Amino acid sequence: MQRHDGAVMAEAFLHVRDLACVINGRHVLRGLDLDVREGEIHALIGANGSGKSTLAFILMGCDGYAATAGVTRFKGTDLAPLAIHERARLGMTLAWQQPAQFEGITVREYLGLRRSGVDPAWALAQVGLDPGRCLDRSVDRTLSGGERQRIELASVLAMKPDLAILDEPTAGIDLLSMAQILAIIRALRDGGGAVLLITHQEEVALAADRASVLDDGRIRHTGPPQDTVAHFLARGGEHGVA
Amino acid sequence: MALLDVARNALPLVGVDPAVLNDADVAHAVVLGHNVVSVHGVPGVEVALRRNGQLLEGSVTVAPGVEVARPIHLCFGLEGPRDVQEVRVDFQLGQGARARVTSCCAFPGARDARHLMHATLVLGTDAVLTYNEHHHHGMHGAMIVAPHASVRVGTGARFFSNFALLAGAAGKLEIDYDVAVGDDGLAELSARVVARQADEVTLKEAVRLVGVRSRGLIRSRVVVQDDAHAEVVGITEAAGRLARGHVDCREIVLGRARAGATPVVRVLHPEAKVTHEAAIGSVDRKELETLMARGLSPEQAIELVVSGILR
Ligand SMILES: Nc1ncnc2c1ncn2[C@@H]1O[C@H](COP(=O)(O)OP(=O)(O)OP(=O)(O)O)[C@@H](O)[C@H]1O
Ligand SMILES: [Mg+2]
Repeated sequence: MQRHDGAVMAEAFLHVRDLACVINGRHVLRGLDLDVREGEIHALIGANGSGKSTLAFILMGCDGYAATAGVTRFKGTDLAPLAIHERARLGMTLAWQQPAQFEGITVREYLGLRRSGVDPAWALAQVGLDPGRCLDRSVDRTLSGGERQRIELASVLAMKPDLAILDEPTAGIDLLSMAQILAIIRALRDGGGAVLLITHQEEVALAADRASVLDDGRIRHTGPPQDTVAHFLARGGEHGVA
Repeated sequence: MALLDVARNALPLVGVDPAVLNDADVAHAVVLGHNVVSVHGVPGVEVALRRNGQLLEGSVTVAPGVEVARPIHLCFGLEGPRDVQEVRVDFQLGQGARARVTSCCAFPGARDARHLMHATLVLGTDAVLTYNEHHHHGMHGAMIVAPHASVRVGTGARFFSNFALLAGAAGKLEIDYDVAVGDDGLAELSARVVARQADEVTLKEAVRLVGVRSRGLIRSRVVVQDDAHAEVVGITEAAGRLARGHVDCREIVLGRARAGATPVVRVLHPEAKVTHEAAIGSVDRKELETLMARGLSPEQAIELVVSGILR
């Protein structure tokens, strides 16, 4: 990328330009620009239905969520032609807002999917679950919502991704454990990865390095989390939603 | 090769260690075609089996109050690739008896052979029976296998059955179980089947909750692939006061395969209740996408999800 003073600026780790997405005839995203830098936690906030999860699905390549226009590049590679697993092998992953249930698949297997050298027991301990009690349970509906959410985070941690897209990772997490979950998100960053952190919780957004507001299909503001949250709340005041 | 060795060689196919047949503490019956190869009882357990024309007839009786420590092994094999084997066995568990049965149907060399089983099982008051049935029908896919069972679960008795056919070709498989459950009794029927190539599978399981507070569970997991076809019929009838039934049926359909599910639920008492859940279709997309987001290829992801539901 060429700056007006002639200096060459490196493209961001995750580079999104002019992204558009139409679902059922509705323009959910239009002209969305977003940069997530290497080694940053980037919070994404926005009202319910503003398109945060849709953006996550497009970035990961999920079925039914293709961009209708725009550019998405990760580490300089065009994501558009890549299937989900190819994007994963490039180093990115997604933790779903509502994680899937897997009948008959144990937590141990689920955390060991990617032979990253991370010990499943260690990853579980990081998210505050007792490996002795959890490793041999199935990743199914017998897990509580918060347990499932933590296991999802542990599985991302076990993958050692370069970019983790976390869609509401603190939903269903009790207040006492919030600090622990935030510590894990920081650990993902401190291990050299970037995190795109979708959240509704102010304290979670404030733990990010930068934050963006998604509104009306576009990024309306990017900056330090404090400013961005203030910006979001102020606009919410105008619209009567927060 | 001695007939017993033929039977022994087939057992590992269904996950059973042939050494159990040498163990004096394990009751067993071994049948090859229409030959009764070996029968062995243990204290409190009587096993009888004899040939009657083209029919094999027998009984397994567990005396009242006897807790059988080791599973009773019933091993069925074929002599020739076109054998027709028809078996009639009556199981009787006396009051308070507890036993496990491991039934091995291993037919590695089968072509257009047939195995027909008519079993009646009567569980006395407070008896507990776990009946594990492992099948392997060879690779040819032309075999006809029809395990039929009629079960009476007495007052306070519990019956658990697990049917598994996970490897090889199912051929034409017709399972038909009918279980009546008395007061405070319990029946749990579980079946796991993989159908491939041109296999035709019918799985019919009926649980009749006749008694007060009787309980029943039907759980089936069927994976159909290639050109195979499976029909699952789960019947739960709750006639007893406070009877509770549940049907949990999952069928995964891959490729060109076809599958149908017919859950039949009848509630004949105002205080009885039956719930059912059925899912039939290809592998859940979100499950696949999640595994792919961790780096698994689509094929690896399908394999893992399928192996999970068959456990
Ligand atoms: N598969 C779909 N079919 C129809 N509409 C969809 C689909 N996926 C998303 N939408 C719509 O697109 C809009 C954006 O949804 P999205 O889930 O991305 O919002 P979000 O910002 O993640 O909301 P929340 O904060 O509630 O999680 C919503 O109006 C939603 O109803
Ligand atoms: Mg969302």
